[in-house]
Amino acid sequence: MPSELSLVVHLLVVITIYGILSIALNLIMGVTGLFNIGHAAFYGIGAYTSALLAKAGVPWFFAMLAGVFLAGFIAFVIGIPTLRLVGDYLAVVTMGLGEIARAVFKNWISLTRGPMGLPGIPHASLLGFKFDTAEKFLLLSVISLLLVYIIAERLLHSPFGRVLKGIREDETAVQALGKNTYRFKMWALIIGSGMAGLAGSLFAHYITFIDPSSFVMWLTFFIFLIIMLGGPGNNLGAIVATVVFVSLREGLRFISLPEWLNPAALQQLLFGVLLIITTIFMPRGFIPERKVTYRRHQGHAEN
Amino acid sequence: MLRIEELTKDFGGLRAVNRCSFEMPEGMIFGLIGPNGSGKTTVFNLITGFLPPTTGRVFFKDQEITSLPSYVIAQRGIARTFQLVRVFHRMTVMENLLMAPKHQAGENLLLGMLRVPRVRRQEQEAIERAMELLAVMGLEDLADEYCGNLSFAEQKMVEMTRALMTDPDLILLDEPASGINPSLVNQILDYIRKLRDEQGKTFLVVEHDMRVIMNLCDRIAVLNYGEKIAEGTPDEVSNAPEVIDAYLGV
Amino acid sequence: MELFAQLLVNGLIAGGIYALAAVGYNMVYGALKFINFAHGSVAMVGAYIVLALALSGLHLYLVLAFFLSMVLTALLGVFIERVAYRPLRRAPKLAPLTTAVAASFVLDAAVMVIFGADIKTFNLPARRGFQIGPVFITPVQCIIIVSSLFFMVCLYFLLAHTKLGKAIRAVADDISLAEISGMNSNLIISAVFAIGSALAAASGALIGMDANLQPTMGFIITVKAFAAVVLGGLGNVYGAIVGGYLIGIAENLGVWYIPPVWKDTIAYGILTLMLFLRPAGIFGKEETRATVL
Repeated sequence: MPSELSLVVHLLVVITIYGILSIALNLIMGVTGLFNIGHAAFYGIGAYTSALLAKAGVPWFFAMLAGVFLAGFIAFVIGIPTLRLVGDYLAVVTMGLGEIARAVFKNWISLTRGPMGLPGIPHASLLGFKFDTAEKFLLLSVISLLLVYIIAERLLHSPFGRVLKGIREDETAVQALGKNTYRFKMWALIIGSGMAGLAGSLFAHYITFIDPSSFVMWLTFFIFLIIMLGGPGNNLGAIVATVVFVSLREGLRFISLPEWLNPAALQQLLFGVLLIITTIFMPRGFIPERKVTYRRHQGHAEN
Repeated sequence: MLRIEELTKDFGGLRAVNRCSFEMPEGMIFGLIGPNGSGKTTVFNLITGFLPPTTGRVFFKDQEITSLPSYVIAQRGIARTFQLVRVFHRMTVMENLLMAPKHQAGENLLLGMLRVPRVRRQEQEAIERAMELLAVMGLEDLADEYCGNLSFAEQKMVEMTRALMTDPDLILLDEPASGINPSLVNQILDYIRKLRDEQGKTFLVVEHDMRVIMNLCDRIAVLNYGEKIAEGTPDEVSNAPEVIDAYLGV
Repeated sequence: MELFAQLLVNGLIAGGIYALAAVGYNMVYGALKFINFAHGSVAMVGAYIVLALALSGLHLYLVLAFFLSMVLTALLGVFIERVAYRPLRRAPKLAPLTTAVAASFVLDAAVMVIFGADIKTFNLPARRGFQIGPVFITPVQCIIIVSSLFFMVCLYFLLAHTKLGKAIRAVADDISLAEISGMNSNLIISAVFAIGSALAAASGALIGMDANLQPTMGFIITVKAFAAVVLGGLGNVYGAIVGGYLIGIAENLGVWYIPPVWKDTIAYGILTLMLFLRPAGIFGKEETRATVL
């Protein structure tokens, strides 16, 4: 395969993985308004769980599921005390927990090999079919993204999703309508974190090597930038924004820069500034949510 | 229907509500008035579970509801509006209203995602009911407008309609007439009276506009500095010297 | 026992620095009820400015570089407030929180680009330390203890006995009331950020002197300062100081029991636990955590 095309395939795989992360965070933050800065930690939990189990011989599908469920379960455990906190406290606590998780990845050397990372992660495989090339993996990751997208959209456009949006707007008013907002928030957190776990597993079995540096807090903010610009609550917008920003970021790696200009730091700088600008000038996002209309459903009530 | 006993709320050193008690039967429109800062909204928050009382108890339909979570109290049949209207700005009027009905099957995660027939049916029924309620106040054209784009008066009416969509037995209205022009106020008052007459709904209304309260309410309690200083029919209350005293200078 | 005393003293030294950082942090929180996540990165920038002034080209005396850095960092703080926070003063709390974190990432990245990611030190002359009882202490550490106390005392005088200090306390208490009384709240808020950032720079430079400098230290300082403030009680100046010393001591005593790699995690742990169990902190009032009107 010509190298340009394989670059594109690689880019697409990264886009799909980040797309899953974006939709996941969109569910938690964009739709429900929960400021979860620890999102990257669930990405990491999915990755490490899946990788370690697969290295121990567990078939990929079950290792991946374990990663997803563990991420969801830990989200549940964390949610119990944190979901009762108001906005900025929730943000700080999830930030702290995210960093504690990363400290675990880095320092529990006997399990995770710490900063040296986990090499030799088996390729993903399903019923004997091995996704051992980028093209084959793209198939898997696109299907996963589609699945995640469908689940998120169905959720968003259901009465359940409507309550989530209400919580984002004004949780107290939602409680005044008789809804137990804690239950709704908890499910949003669990599902979003489980999706992040899925992305983590995909990531681990694609690159076949993971280390703690992939799960830093900046990643969560990069995803946050993506969903802000794609329009909070808008899953299609999140995917579009993911395409744009991941392409930009990967593109930055290829511009030949002077030796001293650190590309990782540079993208953090540029996108950080962009995030500030976006938050100040476009808090509703670039692409607004689709309005849900009802007039045509009326029928005879109109007359 | 509603009874509060010796309700007291302290905020640190400040006593916002002091041993307030009153009760009201079903089908009554009860008014709560007092100068600004007399604790009226705090009483609302205490009744609806948004603030825990320091001491005192609240009974609804003869069952104690003191210190229950606000969403449980709402489920039991108490709806409320807020002084500074709290509608969902980034959602349409219809979406605001559709969130209100209780026991929606679609709010179950799985049933909602799968959109089983029961969910779709309940949605359809809710949409029809919402349109009917909107039509009463002439708001049906606004159904697909974002609430954030509505005028203050329109938002207030949407909020009241939303409260009614929960099919409550007792409705607490926090300053329903403020910020609304007089002709519209009369419409709202007529509507409240109609709901009481035709559907047996009970109302507790907070207002600081005396004329609205006198016009609307069957019975009134007057608060000043968190204490109830008078209670009775509009005539009794408007002639009570303590009340006249309290309102001097307001 | 000797070890315990040594660790305790180390804890007090670190604690003094954290207390200084916490106090600067707390000023901003007290004035604006705003969790300034860029605080640690600003502190780090302050440290690097001292490095740049003292070690390269200009060769300023360390003390001069120190104070100059405080001034420059104060300006940086005012700039950040003007650009990233002021436009969002009426927005939901999460908006300025986002820009604050984003600003910290921008500062971290900028320092990394300009100075490189490797660890740097101030190259202080290695003078022999001396023994006080069971404890071994170096001259640099003495300077650190004295400096942190010095700045805290200065801040006390500023807040309690100057006109500006009174204005700051008025704004912290009730900003609309202060404005109605004729105070220019924007000016006062800028002053708060200037002072807070200057203190941050001082604490960052002191950390640089105590240990070393690296671009990643910004975030860690923010977390420890915030942990100290939450521990002591948000909005409470004395609480922030006590919290800072407690964190310093907890960290240094903690590594007695647990592997040193987990040292930074202790602060995260304290922060998280406090927010779960007693968000009001040791000296704070009982605040509600749940979502209530």
